[in-house]
Amino acid sequence: MSATTTTQPLVQATDLSKSFGRVVGLASCQFELYPGEVCAVVGDNGAGKSTLIKCLSGALTPDAGEMFVSGDRVAFKSTNDARAHGVETVYQTLAVAPALDIAENLYLGREERKKGILGTVFRSLDKKGMRAEATRSLNELGVLTVQSITQPVETLSGGQRQAVAVARAGAFGSQVVILDEPTAALGVNESARVLQLIRDLRDRGMSIILISHNMPQVFEVADRIHVQRLGRRAAVVTPQSHTMNDVVAIMTGAMTVPEEEQQLTAVR
Amino acid sequence: MQKVQTLLHRYPWLSPIVVLALLIVIFVFLGQVMGVGDLDNFILPGTISLVLQQTVIVGTLAIAQTIVILTAGIDLSIGAIMVLSQMFMANLAVYATASNVTFLAGQNPVLAVAVGIVVATLASSLNGFLIVRFNLPPFIVTLGTLSIFTALTLILFKARTIQGKEFPDFLGLLGTGFQIGPFTFTLGLLVMLALYAIFSYALRGTAWGTHVYAVGDDPAAAELSGINVRRVLFSVYCVAGFIIGIAAWITIGRLDAASPNVAPDINLETITAVVIGGTSLFGGRGRLIGTLLGTLIIVVLDFGLSLAGLDQAYRVLAIGVLVIAAVAVDQWIRKVKA
Repeated sequence: MSATTTTQPLVQATDLSKSFGRVVGLASCQFELYPGEVCAVVGDNGAGKSTLIKCLSGALTPDAGEMFVSGDRVAFKSTNDARAHGVETVYQTLAVAPALDIAENLYLGREERKKGILGTVFRSLDKKGMRAEATRSLNELGVLTVQSITQPVETLSGGQRQAVAVARAGAFGSQVVILDEPTAALGVNESARVLQLIRDLRDRGMSIILISHNMPQVFEVADRIHVQRLGRRAAVVTPQSHTMNDVVAIMTGAMTVPEEEQQLTAVR
Repeated sequence: MQKVQTLLHRYPWLSPIVVLALLIVIFVFLGQVMGVGDLDNFILPGTISLVLQQTVIVGTLAIAQTIVILTAGIDLSIGAIMVLSQMFMANLAVYATASNVTFLAGQNPVLAVAVGIVVATLASSLNGFLIVRFNLPPFIVTLGTLSIFTALTLILFKARTIQGKEFPDFLGLLGTGFQIGPFTFTLGLLVMLALYAIFSYALRGTAWGTHVYAVGDDPAAAELSGINVRRVLFSVYCVAGFIIGIAAWITIGRLDAASPNVAPDINLETITAVVIGGTSLFGGRGRLIGTLLGTLIIVVLDFGLSLAGLDQAYRVLAIGVLVIAAVAVDQWIRKVKA
């Protein structure tokens, strides 16, 4: 299965380690994300999925190991730091402010001011511009089924909220979007819409890290599947090379995959 | 019913407008048609002028309270800070004082007012510091500083009221009245309305305002969106302190005196005005204009009931009913669905 392509990873982590007191979250963990792919991260509870993702998104600082974005070494001190490097995260808790409207949420924390003296002296927000841009970016993702861009987010359905959160991550020129259990709280139809959204993002050239417990969904959208076990990478496989049962077996340690059978290089 | 719910959800200041309009209609009807008590005086320019002048103290303090409540906080020390601030202003401006800080007395009145405003800002930022630095609930912090600032006022200045004739005119400046047609307004009223305009803009038109709403709405989401929640919270208490300082100056002008015993219920009245005005005690929802309406409702009720010849107790009762109704409406509209 060894690939012939020489594509460089967009995000790479080498020998990441992180402990919380005596609890080991990550033990010399490797990770690669290639441009334009959906890489799923799966693993049992306590396998270090969350710790890995938090390191990559800047929410945690690893104790040891190195991280690279587009080949450049990075050391994220905050989520804003990661964001500045084009790594956006959509959290399981959605991280939208329910009483604020859609446009306000899309621009939360990076509002744009009017040009000229109104913006510089009076700090006036460019609401019109932000609303227009928000409409455009939601349209582009094909998720504008909402009545109005000035609708409070709490009046949206779970799927629409998720779409707003994903759109937020996909806007602002980001290259990498990390999605933490994006369908955990959603029904079947809404899940399907979000999966479609993930494919759309990928087709627009974005790279996606998808954390999920839902095997069928992982097998539906992922290009490669990173299996995490006991704080390290147990294997990287593809939906074509292995079955769901295989992946569960790798997760639980019942099966090991020799390195030459793994998919450690780009598939796209 | 659901339409009403959605409408109120969008425009939370609609309910205080309806209440205020109803009150006015009822009082005018009772006065002009039924001839109840002295209510026929209710629509005289003199009464309307008085009603408006009467709003300045609670109305100005309630701006500070609104901004704090929007962050899901509460400020119980607002009255204590205001009193501390105005006692600083008055004691610094007079020459003969019985206070424990006589050596500070006899300052330029402009300086005295400035010091008072700075004191209020510092006192409120102490609240902010304790809340942000030690993660203490605002309720507890301001309950504690309510006692601390009240005690500090008595320790520094004793319990002596300073009358208007004792201090320079500049201190009472905001109580100065002027005529427009048959109406009499005061400078304090203008300053209050200006503060409403400025902070309505700051809350709705700037990134700071959006962040204030976001922090009150969902602090975790705000943090993950890259907002420095602690800095926003601290800034809110600093800004509130500045407004309280201005309110202290307005109060001296309105009462033509600086007294440590002024308005003991002022804390609760500001919270009442905010809540009746449609701002949620749970943070993140509400408009400043609602607070202005809430203040007007309290004052109009006050005047209307006393003109009708009813006991003060009925006014207190009516306010109590309004507060509970307002919170019930808030709970209801927060359940709105698309």
